Amino acid sequence: MDFELMINSFPKLLNAAVVTLKLLSVSLIVGLFIGLLFAILRLNKNVFINKFAYVYSYIFRGTPLLVQIFIIYFGLGQIESIRYSFLWVILKEPYWCAIIAFALNTGAYTSEILRSAFQTIKPGIVEAGRSLGISSKVIFYKIQIPIAIRQSLPAYGNEIILMMKGTSLASTVTLMDLTGVAKYIISTTFKPIEVFIVAGGIYLFMTFIIHNVIKFLEKKYSFN
Amino acid sequence: MELLAFGDTGWGDELFRATLMTIAVSVTAMLIGFSFAAIFTPLKLSKFKSLNLIANIYTTVIRGVPELLVIYLFFFGGSGAIMFVASMFGYNDYIEINAFVTGSFAIGIISGAYSTEVFRGAIQSIDKGQFEAAKVLGFNKFKQFYKIILPQMLRLAIPNLSNVWQITLKDTSLISVTGLVEIMRQSYIAAGSTRDPLFFYSFAAVLYLLLTFLSMKLINKLEVKYSRGY
Repeated sequence: MDFELMINSFPKLLNAAVVTLKLLSVSLIVGLFIGLLFAILRLNKNVFINKFAYVYSYIFRGTPLLVQIFIIYFGLGQIESIRYSFLWVILKEPYWCAIIAFALNTGAYTSEILRSAFQTIKPGIVEAGRSLGISSKVIFYKIQIPIAIRQSLPAYGNEIILMMKGTSLASTVTLMDLTGVAKYIISTTFKPIEVFIVAGGIYLFMTFIIHNVIKFLEKKYSFN
Repeated sequence: MELLAFGDTGWGDELFRATLMTIAVSVTAMLIGFSFAAIFTPLKLSKFKSLNLIANIYTTVIRGVPELLVIYLFFFGGSGAIMFVASMFGYNDYIEINAFVTGSFAIGIISGAYSTEVFRGAIQSIDKGQFEAAKVLGFNKFKQFYKIILPQMLRLAIPNLSNVWQITLKDTSLISVTGLVEIMRQSYIAAGSTRDPLFFYSFAAVLYLLLTFLSMKLINKLEVKYSRGY
């Protein structure tokens, strides 16, 4: 055990963890909107619209995240019309490519979580709102969404943790996130176990925090 | 389409072999995962707190740390660890383990953590009466498990195991960083030499979709088989 290396690499890895957290939070926020949009499309009665949303989530859940990042980072730059458009400003940056891939990926999973949450809302609740003369828009925003959020919290908590682990793939497109820096230190010192303990410990700490925040929210928003 | 031709002119046969490699790694990893689960599930369900702790550390660490980090640990640390063990037996030469073994072991350990949780959940949701009935009928421990608990456990576990299989299958794409030529690595090579990454990575995505689709069909059949009588 090389404790000196562990102590020396700790601040570097901690700095890199900030990158990981940034990637995670931005992609989660964007992903939540994508997820909500596609969950609503999934519940649409129009066959084409809900099939489209289904195919979207099927493709993103059925392929590895690594493929998705590579298609966006290496693949899209190949299309000339993209290279000469305003999109290129974003797509030439590995940071934004990673975020787009993460957001689309977590959006697909979130849409499934939200869809099943919406479907478990008892019809009686919506009917009660309707019989009170509340407009369907208000029913959706004030009744269905809050209940769906409560229902989906446990599954969404898992999704956040999965996504946090997913951000490690940003290191494959040259970003120096926690895993990227860990790999760099491992490959320069050849001390994989020490670095793994420190980097893994930071990841576990983040998992622990997320887990407890979700648990707290679950308690706060539970009905009884 | 020429890009996918078989033979020297295209990448068809290479990608086909790479797909077989992905399947081989996934199946091996899944089986390694099952053997880990066979060790850690009893520990999780054991009466002894210390054994519980060991199993909990395993599942929590593996499920809380990115797969890529675990793979790097095995990739860079694997041969070192083996050499360390070998040196205790007086063997001091350099040992290199191939990418297939490192890869399937790394993915196997990850998959094992998920399988352990699935098996634990399945055993815990079997009715207590079943265990008691098995005991009352005078079955020995082995027969109790093999004839009564296992079939019921499998029925409950299969839907969740199919999720583990999907995760495992997709995780194998990460082994490409160690240089093992599976779908992802082969697409990377093909994309590099033809300068057509969009096509090859999209094709890789199609291959993965095909694999997940076909395996889901197969697992659904198993599910029907094991829920006979329900």
